Amino acid sequence: MNAPTLPTRSNPMQTFLWLLKREYWEQRGGFFRAPLIAGGVMVAILLLSMIVAETTAVRHGINIGNLNLDRISTSMTHEQIATFNSGLNAGLMGMSIPIMATQFFVVFFYLLGALYDDRRDRSVLFWKSLPISDLDTVLSKAVSATLMAPTLAIAALIAMHIAVLILLSVYAGIHGVNPLPLLWNPAPLLSMWIKLVCLIPVNALWALPTIGWLLLCSAFARSKPFLWAVAVPLGLGTIFAFTDLLRQLSIPSSWYWKNIVGRILFGIVPGGWLGVGGNGTLRAITGGNGNDIELDKFDIVNSVLSWGHIFDALGSPELWLGAAAGIGFIAAAVYFRRKRTEAYS
Amino acid sequence: MNEASASSPQIVRARGLTRRYGTTVALDHVDLDIAAGRIVGLIGPNGAGKTTALKAILGLSEYDGELSVLGLDPRTQRSELMQQVCFIADVAVLPRWLRVGEAIDFVAGVHPRFSRERCLAFLARTKLQPKQRVRELSKGMIVQLHLALVMAIDAKLLVLDEPTLGLDILYRKEFYQNLLNDYFDEQKTILVTTHQVEEIEHILTDLIFIRNGKLIVNASMDEIGERYTEVMVGPDKIEAARALAPLNERQIFGKSIFLFDGVPQARLAELGELHKPSIADLFVATMKGTYA
Repeated sequence: MNAPTLPTRSNPMQTFLWLLKREYWEQRGGFFRAPLIAGGVMVAILLLSMIVAETTAVRHGINIGNLNLDRISTSMTHEQIATFNSGLNAGLMGMSIPIMATQFFVVFFYLLGALYDDRRDRSVLFWKSLPISDLDTVLSKAVSATLMAPTLAIAALIAMHIAVLILLSVYAGIHGVNPLPLLWNPAPLLSMWIKLVCLIPVNALWALPTIGWLLLCSAFARSKPFLWAVAVPLGLGTIFAFTDLLRQLSIPSSWYWKNIVGRILFGIVPGGWLGVGGNGTLRAITGGNGNDIELDKFDIVNSVLSWGHIFDALGSPELWLGAAAGIGFIAAAVYFRRKRTEAYS
Repeated sequence: MNEASASSPQIVRARGLTRRYGTTVALDHVDLDIAAGRIVGLIGPNGAGKTTALKAILGLSEYDGELSVLGLDPRTQRSELMQQVCFIADVAVLPRWLRVGEAIDFVAGVHPRFSRERCLAFLARTKLQPKQRVRELSKGMIVQLHLALVMAIDAKLLVLDEPTLGLDILYRKEFYQNLLNDYFDEQKTILVTTHQVEEIEHILTDLIFIRNGKLIVNASMDEIGERYTEVMVGPDKIEAARALAPLNERQIFGKSIFLFDGVPQARLAELGELHKPSIADLFVATMKGTYA
C-alpha cells in the first residue's frame, strides 16, 4: 500500500521455522543436553564396570591370556554370530531406557510449561507483540514435543550405541578378540536405527492425546498446571470408583485408567502403542503368553518392534480416537492461548 | 480498506468502548479518535482504565462496543495488526533465557518490517553484547534492548504502557530522547501511559485524562494551552479570582495560584501574572477526590 518497498506480510513457513528455533533455544538443556547426559552416564557405567572387572581379574591373579579368545569368535557359526548380534542389539536397547525415560520427563514438563511459564513471567506480552498467530505458537510447541525432542533423543541414543560399541571393541581388542565380525555387523544395527527413526511419527500419533491435554492445561491454568493435568483425571477416576458409575455402564474401571488416564498422561512414553491392536506385543510379553508372540531370536529388537505390530497399532481405533481427542485438546489450547494473556488476570 | 486507511489518517477509532470486570466498569463507553503522526499521552490514576484501554487496542482483551485500529479489528485480526503495531507492555517482559543476539535474529525472522541495521546501530550505543542473556542484564539494559528491537520496526502505531517504570532518571531521559529523535516521524503514532507526566510533557501532541473508565480531558496540547490558564494572584484580588470559579487553588510563597478552565486570558490577565499550567498540576486539579 503506502510503503511499497517493504514487504507487509510475514512468510508463514519462515515464521514457523523461527518458532521452532525459538523452542530449541529455550529448551536446549532438556531436548539436547539431557539425553546426551543420560547416554553419557550409561557409557560411564559401562566403562567403570570394565575397569572394575579388569582390576578384579588382575588382583585375583585370574589370567585368561593363555586362552585364545579370538579362536572362539572365529569358530562361531553364522547362526551363533546372528544370535549374539541380536542379543547385543537388545542389550543396547536396554541401555537406552534411561534416555527414553529422560525424554519422557523432559517432554512432560516442557508441555506443562509451554503455554504457562511465559504468562507467569509476563514475557507472553513480548511474544504477543510480534505478528505470530496463537495457532502457530501452539503448533510450534506441539511439533517440538512430537518431532524435535524425539529426534534429538534418538540421535543421542545412536551416539550412545556407537560409544558403547567402541568401548566393547577396545575391551575385546585388549583381550585379543577381533571385534569387527562380532560387534560391527552393520545390517542388524542399521535396521534397528532406521526402525527407531521411522517410529518417531508413530510415537507422535500415539502421543497426541497427552500432548494436547498437557498443552491445554498449560494454556488454561491460572496457576499450577501440573495439578490440573494430574488431579483432574485422578479425581474423575476416584469419583467413578466411589459412585460405581462406570460399572453401571458396564465399563471396567481398568478401562478408564488404561485408556483415559494412561493416554492423556503417559502417551508420550516412546513405544506406548506396543500393546495395541492384533496380538499386542507388550500384552503378550507381560502376560507371559508366549504363544501370541514369536520373538525371533536372531532379531529380538526388530521382532518386538516389527512392522506387523506397527501396522496393527496404526490400524487400531485406539490410536486414531486418541489422535482425534488430542487434536481437540490442541484446538482448546489455542482458544485459551488467545484468551489468557496473564497467569493471574 | 487499505486505501481508506491511507486517505483518512485515522489510527484508532473507538465508539462506546466498554469493558467490565464483574461489577467493576473499567472502561465506560469511551469514544476515542487518534490521528496519524500524533504522540498521545494517556494519563490517569491507578485503576482508571489506562491499561484496559491499551489492552483492547492491542487485541489482548475482550471488550464491548466498536473499535478499529488501522482499519483492523483487534480481536479477530491480531496477527495482521501486529505487523503494523508494536508495543512495550511493561519493563522486564523479555524472556529471561533469551540472548540478545537470539532476540534480534528472532524478530528479524518473523517481522517483515524489522530492520536489523537500525537495531544494531542503536545497540552499538549501549553496552549490550549479543551473547548476553536477558537475565544477566539490568533493568535499564533490558529496556534498552526492548526499545532497540521496537525502534527497528517500522510500525505505524507504537503503544507504550509505563515503559520507564522502575528505571533511574538517566535511562528515562535517554528513553524518551531516543524515541523522539530516532524513531518518531509524521508517519508514526505513539500512544503512551506513564505516571511520570512531567517527563513526557514536552514531547506530547495530545493529552487524554482518564478517570473511572471515562475520558475527562481529550484534547491537543495547543487546545490545552488555550483552555487552561494558571494565574498568580496577589492577596488583593483573591476574591475576584474565586468568583470566576477556578478549577484549583494553591499557595506558593504567600501568593495564590489559581487554575482556570475556559476563562478568556484577557480577563485573567487583569488578576495577575499568567502561566501555562504543567500537566502534573492540571492532572492533580482534575483528579481531585479520585481516591476519596
